[in-house]
Amino acid sequence: MNELDLEETPRRLWPRLLPLAVALIIGGFLFAGLSLRPKEIPSVLIGKAVPEFNLPALPKRPKGLQSADLKGQVSLVNVFASWCVSCRVEHPLFMKLKARDLVPVHGLNYKDDGPAAMSWLARHGDPYDRVGQDLKGRVGIDWGVYGVPETFLINAEGRIVCKHIGPVMERDLEEKLLPAVKALRQGGVAKC
Amino acid sequence: MLMTLLRRLVLALCLMAPLAPAWSVAVDTPLDDPALEARARAIHKQLRCLVCQNQSIEDSNATLARDLRVLVRERITAGDSDDAAIRFIVDRYGDWVLLQPPVKGGTVLLWLGPLLFLLLAVISLVFWYRRRRGAPVVAANAPLSADEQARLKALLDDGDPK
Repeated sequence: MNELDLEETPRRLWPRLLPLAVALIIGGFLFAGLSLRPKEIPSVLIGKAVPEFNLPALPKRPKGLQSADLKGQVSLVNVFASWCVSCRVEHPLFMKLKARDLVPVHGLNYKDDGPAAMSWLARHGDPYDRVGQDLKGRVGIDWGVYGVPETFLINAEGRIVCKHIGPVMERDLEEKLLPAVKALRQGGVAKC
Repeated sequence: MLMTLLRRLVLALCLMAPLAPAWSVAVDTPLDDPALEARARAIHKQLRCLVCQNQSIEDSNATLARDLRVLVRERITAGDSDDAAIRFIVDRYGDWVLLQPPVKGGTVLLWLGPLLFLLLAVISLVFWYRRRRGAPVVAANAPLSADEQARLKALLDDGDPK
């Protein structure tokens, strides 16, 4: 076999580099894919006015939540539930935020049981200004909620500026949400 | 032995049959009007579940999927057209919920991509054939030279086990 003389065909460079090029292109896509977060579906409500809604307060707690409440000042709306495990992760942060009195946080109690929500707030602290009780989750759907927790930043005109999906961590708050609040208050454009 | 085992198995399965409805997690109440229900079902199949992302809301057991199924049924009953009912959901969750993405500026590549690749394949095939036809044909059927004959004979003789 090895003695068979195959006629040497002139070899060009690019066909030999082709596999490398293909590997680099595919590798590039895969590398970019590493930092994608397919679980986070971008909200279509960014820049739009908050949906029209009017939710009752939790039992024995004053102040329900409705669309009109979200006009007039920059605020956060946190979607939470007593059955939501990762809500407990972010909750201490909202308690701290309340102590610092930087921005009002309203609660959207999503598909929860009233008394259960109240005892959850009694146990872990109540950082909210207003809390609306969304028993059936319909208002949640209007807000495009698909998982709890979610947190929305609302500007003074009552428009949704950004949406944070999943528990808010210290870094999200300090580097994303609070700078955005500051920018909005100064009349600037919030990036988040 | 095998038959009795089989018979027992069949009996066991038959006895379990009435339990089947209890196994499915989210049991929806279908609409009374079968035509409306069929429309609602068709819409459910087009909408992607946001929780278990590669299922339609028809297939998903997630509670949000169930809520959305109920919502679609309500919209249809309220007199929404299929498009209006779908738009209602898309207004809240975006094009992402459509299992079949619409043709738009951002999705053109997605839709035309396969065609583009096919075109690329055809073009490279054409080039390949052309080059092959242009290349000097290896004289496969040319008679062997005396030297080659001798080598062939040596190989054949050598390879013979007898």
